[in-house]
Amino acid sequence: MSQISLASRQAAKPAAEIAVRTRDVSKNYGSVEALKKLSLDFPRGQLTSLLGPSGCGKTTLLKIIAGLIPPTSGEVEVNGKTVTGPGPDRAFVFQDFALLPWATVLRNVAFGLELRGVAQSEREDIAAKYIRDVGLAGFETSYPHQLSGGMRQRVGLARALSVDAEVLLMDEPFSAVDEQTRRKFQEDLLTLVANENKTFIFVTHSIEEAVYVSDQIAILLPRPSRVSEVIRPTGIREKGTENIRRDPEYLDTVDRIWASLRSYVE
Amino acid sequence: MPSRSFLLKVLSSAIVFGAWEIAGRIPVSYAFPTFLESMQALVALTLDGTLFAAYAETLRPLVLGVLISSFLGIALGLWIGLSARFDWLFSPIFIVMQAAPLAALIPLLVMAYGIGLTSKVFVVCIMAMPVIVLNTAGAVRNTPSSLKEMARAFLGSRRDVILKVILPAASPIIFSGLRLGISAGFIGAILSELKITPTGVGDIITYSRSIADYPSMYAAIFSIILLAVLFLNLLEKIELHLFRGNNRGYVTD
Ligand SMILES: Nc1ncnc2c1ncn2[C@@H]1O[C@H](COP(=O)(O)OP(=O)(O)OP(=O)(O)O)[C@@H](O)[C@H]1O
Ligand SMILES: [Mg+2]
Repeated sequence: MSQISLASRQAAKPAAEIAVRTRDVSKNYGSVEALKKLSLDFPRGQLTSLLGPSGCGKTTLLKIIAGLIPPTSGEVEVNGKTVTGPGPDRAFVFQDFALLPWATVLRNVAFGLELRGVAQSEREDIAAKYIRDVGLAGFETSYPHQLSGGMRQRVGLARALSVDAEVLLMDEPFSAVDEQTRRKFQEDLLTLVANENKTFIFVTHSIEEAVYVSDQIAILLPRPSRVSEVIRPTGIREKGTENIRRDPEYLDTVDRIWASLRSYVE
Repeated sequence: MPSRSFLLKVLSSAIVFGAWEIAGRIPVSYAFPTFLESMQALVALTLDGTLFAAYAETLRPLVLGVLISSFLGIALGLWIGLSARFDWLFSPIFIVMQAAPLAALIPLLVMAYGIGLTSKVFVVCIMAMPVIVLNTAGAVRNTPSSLKEMARAFLGSRRDVILKVILPAASPIIFSGLRLGISAGFIGAILSELKITPTGVGDIITYSRSIADYPSMYAAIFSIILLAVLFLNLLEKIELHLFRGNNRGYVTD
């Protein structure tokens, strides 16, 4: 495993403390080895992307960090404490949205707070704010089946944001939204990363998206998964949204990642 | 304006009753009265109070049995659905109960519990409970695991997961079990009055048959079917009211 930082750029952020750390995490589903001795550090206040081929264990890793499934061996630490189950310090955005079909958008978004015992009027105020933030104002009383896929995904996003957890585990949170909304969300995500001292763990299939939003990108090998490379695309973001997609360093990084992923696809 | 589905219901009843009237006029059998004769008998039974007295009798085992089957059935089903061990222990009992020929069991029940209310309540429960239990257990077992995971991720307790995720998710199938179970319960109530002791509506049926007053007999049968239909409609209303988003199925993908 090689720690590569593209050194030519400005100094990386000062060595941040580690919010989440996985140590030699392995996970077997019966005879299927999903993860094998995966070790990775997630610095506090930064966004780490997990990039890797489909079925390589990204969702599995997020669920282990969330405490939803136990690792077969190894351990996960959040703020120095070993994870034994779900906790208030982590919130999850599910790949399949996991919305309650019998509940309105408002209740779905407020559901995390409801389970934490927050009073109804208070949690609905908070939920309403995040519903506006994800651009679903006016749909508070709709049911999930009345929304498009992208809109449902945003409900799941708002639900995770509204519990105000330190660590956000996002499993392909923008996969179903249209390109414009996606760009807007990427901007919003960057603002969120910059303004709040939250740690983001972000699964995506898009190399471009990963390079654009990440402080650090972990490239995972296909099953059994380990980290093959960690790339820190520092400084690319400062060049501004308009120019970035033509920026040589940005293109370079995308190419590097593509090259290392391609060798596994073939 | 009445809704389209209401009109359809009226139309289909008109067709059934029309066919009944025609079949009665042919007549298919000397013991088969026309629809209008039966309705006349129904009005007569209602006016002289016989029907009310009969239902006061019949409703007791029916309501008791249906209530016990619903609450106990859902509770047992939940338990069986949540625990593999109870599934293994109890499921076979209810599968056997569902398949057992009830008429053969009634003498045993009478031997054990006499000919009073208890036996009749038992008959209603034997008819109603298995499908309620089995449907509930199946639905609970098939709750989408991503919803359960979601509730755990957001710190839901075991109780929260059951009350706020598993039960609502299972509710459409639980309710369809209730509908089937309760219809069977109605059959059970009448069957117990025909096979154990003739009381209530069962008595009207037995008695009017013995004096060849077939219109009254069919009136009594019709009234119990009507009651069952009305009750099932009420149940549907309750379901729609409780779980509004559910009637469009699942949308997690
Ligand atoms: N509950 C399970 N039981 C058995 N095998 C499982 C289970 N969940 C996942 N797997 C297996 O583990 C591997 C990793 O799955 P995972 O969902 O973590 O992949 P992923 O990287 O998230 O894929 P994708 O990008 O397609 O979402 C897959 O090969 C899958 O078949
Ligand atoms: Mg996945």
